[in-house]
Amino acid sequence: MPTAVDRDEVQRLLDEGAQLVEVLRAEEYSEEHLPGAFNIPLKELDRERVQALDRSRPVIVYCHDYQ
Amino acid sequence: MSPRAASRLETLGFELVYDYVAGKADWGAAGLPLEGRPGPRAGELARADAPTCLLGERLQAVRARVEASEWDTCLVVDAERVVLGRLGRRALVREDDLTVEAAMTAGPRTFRPDVRLGALVGSMRGRNLTSAVVTTSDGKLVGVVRLDEAEARLAPGSVTFRA
Repeated sequence: MPTAVDRDEVQRLLDEGAQLVEVLRAEEYSEEHLPGAFNIPLKELDRERVQALDRSRPVIVYCHDYQ
Repeated sequence: MSPRAASRLETLGFELVYDYVAGKADWGAAGLPLEGRPGPRAGELARADAPTCLLGERLQAVRARVEASEWDTCLVVDAERVVLGRLGRRALVREDDLTVEAAMTAGPRTFRPDVRLGALVGSMRGRNLTSAVVTTSDGKLVGVVRLDEAEARLAPGSVTFRA
């Protein structure tokens, strides 16, 4: 079960080397995203696309808000 | 959306998965930096030609006005152009000649002019909206953004991004 985290926890995880993944569409990502975030839209989230991620490090996913 | 992505990552074998549910809206609201190419905002695409009507008007008169436009919806405003409601397609085709007040859907969802267009489009898609009402913070109508026009503006090759 994925763990829900707040902003403070995100910053702590990033300090420890976590990876960020924005799952919104590319046009929304290109407008604005968290520094250093990857973009893998939810509909494209498959084995091939996640090869860019390091499985040994934490992964934080996010979208715009609670939608 | 992010809870589904987090669960999907776990099914793909990732063991350390976290979901920042409040997302980039929360990050930006805290004043933390964001990267990217700032795009247009909702107010830039809000069309002021969307038809409007007043509470006391009759539905038939409003229908004629809407049919003469390229819109299929009408916003109900007061004398100060504060948005009170909306007449959708279903209300506009009613045979009985009610007042606007009796036929309208009160309190439509509204967006502020400074919302990023990309975020607006995402929100509209998530709620199956084909148009979005843009108002000032005190509720006054700025205009209406159409989903097809917003998507076209954000499409690759569009040269309308602001620096």
